Parts: sequence; C-alpha cells; structure tokens
Amino acid sequence: MAHGPQPGFKRWLYTTNHKDIGSMYLWFSFAMFLLGGCMALVIRAELFEPGLQIVQPEFFNQMTTMHGLIMVFGAVMPAFVGLANWMIPMMIGAPDMALPRMNNWSFWILPFAFAMLASTLFMEGGAPNFGWTFYAPLSTEYAPPSVTFFIFSIHIMGASSIMGSINIIATILNMRAPGMTLMKMPLFVWTWLITAYLLIAVMPVLAGVVTMMLMDIHFGTSFFSAAGGGDPVLFQHVFWFFGHPEVYIMILPAFGIVSAIIPTFARKPLFGYSSMVYATASIAFLSFIVWAHHMFTVGMPIAGELFFMYATMLIAVPTGVKVFNWVTTMFRGSMTFETPMLFAVAFVILFTIGGFSGLMLAIAPADFQYHDTYFVVAHFHYVLVPGAIFSITAGVYYWLPKWTGNMYNETMGKVHFWLAFIGLNVTFFPMHFVGLAGMPRRIPDYALQFADFNQIASVGAFLFGAAQLVFLFNVIRTVQGGNKATDEVWENPEGLEWTVPSPAPYHTFSTPPAVR
Amino acid sequence: MLRGFKRLFALLTTSVLAHSALAEEQGAERWGVNMTQGVTEVAHTTYNLHMLIFWICVAIGVVVFGVMFYSMWRHRKSKGYQAAQFHESTAVELAWTIVPTIILILMAIPATKTLYDIYDTEEADLDIMITGYQWKWKYNYLGSDVSFFSNLSTPRTQIDNQQPKGENYLLEVDEPLVVPVNKKIRFLITANDVIHAWWVPDLAVKKDAIPGFINESWTRIDEPGIYRGQCAELCGKDHGFMPIVVKAVPEAEYTAWLDERAAAAVKMRELTEKTFTFDELLAQGEKVYNRACAACHQPNGQGVPPTFPAIAGSKIATGPLDGHMSMVIRGSQKNPAMQAFGEQLSEVDLAAVITYQRNAFGNDMGDTVQPIDILNFKNKQ
Repeated sequence: MAHGPQPGFKRWLYTTNHKDIGSMYLWFSFAMFLLGGCMALVIRAELFEPGLQIVQPEFFNQMTTMHGLIMVFGAVMPAFVGLANWMIPMMIGAPDMALPRMNNWSFWILPFAFAMLASTLFMEGGAPNFGWTFYAPLSTEYAPPSVTFFIFSIHIMGASSIMGSINIIATILNMRAPGMTLMKMPLFVWTWLITAYLLIAVMPVLAGVVTMMLMDIHFGTSFFSAAGGGDPVLFQHVFWFFGHPEVYIMILPAFGIVSAIIPTFARKPLFGYSSMVYATASIAFLSFIVWAHHMFTVGMPIAGELFFMYATMLIAVPTGVKVFNWVTTMFRGSMTFETPMLFAVAFVILFTIGGFSGLMLAIAPADFQYHDTYFVVAHFHYVLVPGAIFSITAGVYYWLPKWTGNMYNETMGKVHFWLAFIGLNVTFFPMHFVGLAGMPRRIPDYALQFADFNQIASVGAFLFGAAQLVFLFNVIRTVQGGNKATDEVWENPEGLEWTVPSPAPYHTFSTPPAVR
Repeated sequence: MLRGFKRLFALLTTSVLAHSALAEEQGAERWGVNMTQGVTEVAHTTYNLHMLIFWICVAIGVVVFGVMFYSMWRHRKSKGYQAAQFHESTAVELAWTIVPTIILILMAIPATKTLYDIYDTEEADLDIMITGYQWKWKYNYLGSDVSFFSNLSTPRTQIDNQQPKGENYLLEVDEPLVVPVNKKIRFLITANDVIHAWWVPDLAVKKDAIPGFINESWTRIDEPGIYRGQCAELCGKDHGFMPIVVKAVPEAEYTAWLDERAAAAVKMRELTEKTFTFDELLAQGEKVYNRACAACHQPNGQGVPPTFPAIAGSKIATGPLDGHMSMVIRGSQKNPAMQAFGEQLSEVDLAAVITYQRNAFGNDMGDTVQPIDILNFKNKQ
C-alpha cells in the first residue's frame, strides 16, 4: 500500500484519500459557482434597464434555469460534500471515509454530469428553459430537445449525492474514535448525518420525477399531461416533496459550520449543544411535511392550505432556537472578528432576515400576493447566499490554515467579506421592494416602476461577483505559501482536527485518538 | 456576445445619469417599496395581515439583533472582556421554544380567517372564465355570447428600445377585461397549453391556470378604475409579455358594454358570408399576423427555428391550401408550440392571416382565402 499520493494527474484520478477528494469537490464547486455566477450576471445585466438589450427572452430563460440548477447541484451541494470529506474523518478521529473507492466514483461522475448539462447550451433549441423547478408540461410537451440530456445529468447528480450520503452515514456511524459518543460529535458532523439521511430520502424522488418526465416525452405515457388523463399538479407535488428537504440539505451543514466558528471566536462553548441537535432533527422532520407551501396558488382544498400553512409556520420554532443559541453563545464571550467570524456573524444576521421573509411567505393568504414575485427571489437568496455560500466561505477561511499549513491574508479576507456583504445586500434587499410592488420573477423585461431598484440590484450583483475573485486570489496565494499556521491555528479551538499538525498530513488518525 | 458586453459597458456609464432624469418626470409611482392596499376588501385584509406579520418580525428582529450588536460592541477581546463559560440552560431553551409558538398561534388566527374569506366563492353575481394561452389571456363571459383574447399592446419597437417607452410599458393590452364594480365576480381559471397564473395585485387575486383543471377565485371591486397585473408562472418565452388589465366600471356602463360586444359578435358572424378583395384581406391579415403570429414566427416571418419555424418560404405556406388551413386552424400534430387557432380567431381573421402568410415575406402564391372557405373547411371535419 502506497503511503503518499501518486505523482501527476493519477493522484487525482485514482485517489481514494478523503482530503484529495475533498479538495477536488471544493475546487469543482468553486468552478461551478463562477459559472453559475456568470449566468446570474447575464440575468442582472439584462435587467439593468427596462427593454431587451443584451439577450432575447429565450436565452434569458435558459440563463435563469441553468443558474438555478448549477448553483444548487453544482456549487452548494458539492461544496458541502467537499467540506464533509475533509472534515468529518478528522472531526471524529477516523483515518478516512468508510467507502473510499465509492468516494472517488461519486466525485468523478459529477464533472461529466455538469459537462453534459452545460453542453445543452450549444444544442439546437438551446438549454433547458423551464426554470430550475421544471414544472410540467412546460418541461415535457413544450420543452426543447435538450431536456433529455438534462434528465440524464440529473440522474447522475442524484447518484453522486446518494453515494456521497451513504459514505457519510457509514463513516459517522462506524468509524468514530473510541469515546466519541453521538452526543459528543461536533455539530458539523451531526448536521451532515441528518442531511445525508435527507438526501437518501429525497434524491430517489427527484430521480422518479425526472424519469416520469422521460416516459412522458419519449414513451407515450401521460403522468403530467391532462389531455392523456394525467395531472400537471402531480408533478409539483412530487417535485416539492424532493424540493423542500433539498433546501434544508443546503442549509443544515451550514448550521454545523457556524456552530463551530462562533464558539471559537467568542472563546466560549456553544450554548445549548443538545438543543441544537434536537432542533436540527426537528427541522429535518418538518421538511417532509411542508412541501405544498410552494404551491399555495395551485388551488388546493382549504384543509390542505391550512395544514401546510401551520406546518410551515412551525419551522420557525426550531430555527429560532438555533438563532437564539448562536446569539447567546456570542453573549458575554470575548470576541474577535477574523474573516471566518465575520462571515459567520453575517450568516446569523442575514439568514435570520431570510427566515423572517420565510415566515411571511408561510402565511397562505399573504403568499397569494408574494408568490412567484421578486419577494420570493429575495427570500431564497437571503437564505441561500448568506446561508449556504457565506457559511461555506467561512468554513474555508476557518479550515484553510489546517489544510494548507499557511495562514490566509487577513486583510484580503476582510476586503472579500465587506465587498461580498455590501454586494449581497445591494443586490438582494431591493428585490423585496420590487417584489412587493408587484414584479413577477423570471421575466426578462419589466414595467417602468421597477426600473430603479433593478438598476441598483444589478450594480450590487457585479460587486458581489468581483468579491469572489478576491476570494479566489486569496485562496490560491494561501495554497502557495504564507505565514506558517500553528497546529491549533486559532486560540484554543475545540475539536480533534486541531490536534493534528498543520498542514494536516496525508493520512491522519491511523491509530484512533483518545477522546476525553 | 462581445457586442453585448460593449453595450452593457455603455449602459453602465451613461444610464445612471439618464435614469435620474427619467425619474424626475415620472413622479410618485417609482420607488414603490410595499404591497398595494388594493381595491377590494380581501386586498385590504391581506395588506393588513402582511403588515401585522411584518411588524412582528421587526419587533423580534430588534430584540435579537439588539442583543447581538450589544454583545459585539461590549464583549470584545480587544476591550479586555473575559469570556463567561455558561453553555446550557433548559429553562431558557424551553422559554424560547414556547414563546415563539404562542406568537405563531396568534399569527395563525387572522391568517386562517382571511383564508376562509378568500376561499368562499359561493353566490357570485357574475362568472368569467379565464383561459391562459402562450402568451395571452382569453376571457369568456359565461351566459353571454361575449368572449375575446387579450394581448399585449406595447409595440415591439418600445421593447427593442427603438422608441421611448410608454407610461404603461408592458402593462397594457388591446382589450381589457371589463367588469362591474360592487358585484361579486367569480373567476374560473384554466389554461390551454402550459401552466400560467392570473394575478392582479390590486384585487389580491393570484391563481394558477392549469391545463385540465378549473380553479376558482373571486373578487368584489370597490371603486371604478384600471387595475394591471401580469402572468405569474413561468410559461415559456414570452412569460414576461402577457399582462392583465382589468377595467372596473359602474354597472350600467358594464351592461351597455356587454350588449355592444354581444351585438358585435353577431355582426362578425354575418361578415363570414361576405367576399373580401385581395387587398382587404392582406391589410387585415397583417394586423392579425402581428397580433397572433409574430411573437413566435417573428415580424419578418423568419421564425426562431427549430421550435418556431419560418413562414417565409415554408412548405406549408407555399403548399396546398388545405394543408395551410389545417395547420392554422387545428395546430400542429407534432409541435405543441403551434396552437390550434380555429377557436381563437374569427373566420374573417383566419382567412385574412392565411392569405397574408401566402403572399408576404417573399411568398408569392397569389391566391386568396375567403371566410366562407374557412367555415366550409371547419364544417368538413
């Protein structure tokens, strides 16, 4: 058995090392983040002014669709899997992931899935143009021919996610160091364990719904075609039964990251550890019984509307518990504000704002006015950008010295933070206003009264995009060199990952550590 | 693409200035930041509910962020603050589980009440069937002869920035939905192709229009006026270009309008018997083409292949007349994007537009189609 990495590209192609695979996931997700971000900039550039200037409506719809798909499946999810690969074995004192060869496989099918998805842009009829939610029959009878490639790439992404989840569950349940009981696990491990179960539960549902589409398109069935006795609303039920847990898949690991960072920089233990675990589990449970709040306007019976409204409102309770716990962790701490902490604090503030608009959206009669407007766009970008993206960024800054052995440039980190923070709010806050004032989402052109805020949002988007280049530069510089990091990196942080040298050796915990 | 970026750069540099000048002349409607209070009781209730929840969120936010900013200000290492080490309290956890639950229950009570109001579609004075098409609305006044399509009326030149944009840019239609005030109007909402959503913010009515389903909604408008809305569910290429305009008028005016439209429908049927000249058909055909065909097949007849093929030089438009009539009247059997226009357009308009397509964009068939030919073709089936 080789003890170090193979030379050349074979290291990356054949690797079964959790750190290598984690790095590949992270770089891949960052590339997708830039690609999806460029598409967002095309959208914002077109919306800079009323009228059609840069792209035609057909292409605009392809951009909104691909932006959503790439950000959800290509940027956020692989980034979390990358962090899980790097950190879970080091956090629980395991030498590697439980299923290292499958780990390699679940990464390496992803670039093919996304290459296929991206190639649809060059096909006759263009890329998928029916929104990332791909409601039938727009995505079946009325779809461009490339929809079949989209279906196949979704299948591959789903297979990758399921394999990744099996691996994470197997690792966490079987490979913890002696003494690492479940209730001693870091919250990042806990939140990922629950996320992995969510993934295993709902990814097959997504695979099912795209397979039903495939049958409708090519094999003459009528699952979603009313003319053939099918039901277009069934599509939405099945899609959102996947879709709602999916949005929590994109936020639960974020909770884990922030729960690691805030105590470190507040120099105070996390407040209410066990309530955090229970809250995460409650959110995961609730995520399965709220899906139709995305469908308040489809004409459900009132009993259905009421059930989904009440269940959705309930999510505010465990989410509130988490926010209160983080604030209480900060309260009477001894805080410093290095870049990871800045991102984590911004996460708490902005995610809470997104939570408030989520609570407003839960109120079914008010949702009739909000539904499918920019208010919704503002809401989910407030939970996803500061939620998922900021927490991933915070995690990268937090663990980068452990991965590379070098400290990142703190000044550049702070510049990145403030550019991103300002850019994000300038982009997404005005969207609340235009949404309430009546601007529907997914339109390439708009009435004149929405012009001013849209212009502001577009400027913010370019600022946010530029901030990411600072991030990329900072990370590359840190990988190349910089001030040497100590083994602990931060002041007395908690967790097994800080007990190994910086940079973390290729193999860690070949013999299990002692857990207090 | 490069041209696009150049234009974007020009826009970024010049239009911020140009825009503030534009803002001056357009006045108060701009910079709207909140939901409309609307013109129906349901809209008022919805607005009040929205504001209630908003202020509750603001209050919670002030407390949470207040504590957070206070400790970020006071409990800093740079100020020499020593960290406390407390990390658990069941009593506190219980408190911040129970108190929010109570707040949520208090929110749910008015929300439930409003929802019951919105769902009560019984005892309407008037029923209107609304059908979503790619990319227009059809209004059918049930129990009368009156039904018509409502299309975007903003000229293409304004969208393409060749002309200054009008006041109601993208929110204007050729024929608005006319309704009486102070009457309970029930909307029966469905769609012909993909899912659309009929939304007028001032009425607080938003309901999905789904093929194969008939959804119900209702409104009772307090004051006469013109209320504008848009399709709210992504429905393809021109989703952003299918507005809704509701014109609410006093009852007497509404009745007069309805009678006039019913009479016009009778007259249109009579015109079916008439024989038109080639030039008359061509002139009318161009108008119909621009309204009904140009969105997909483009004003120059070149289409956007493969989904929207060209009319210019097409096998169908320069082929046998029966095939051409069948395509327009019954739609395409292969490509669902080509709708059946047989029920959407009158016989006169169908005859005119088919004649136009056979003799425009370089097509030179030289033949004419009369309304009676269309009627005979339809009756044959």
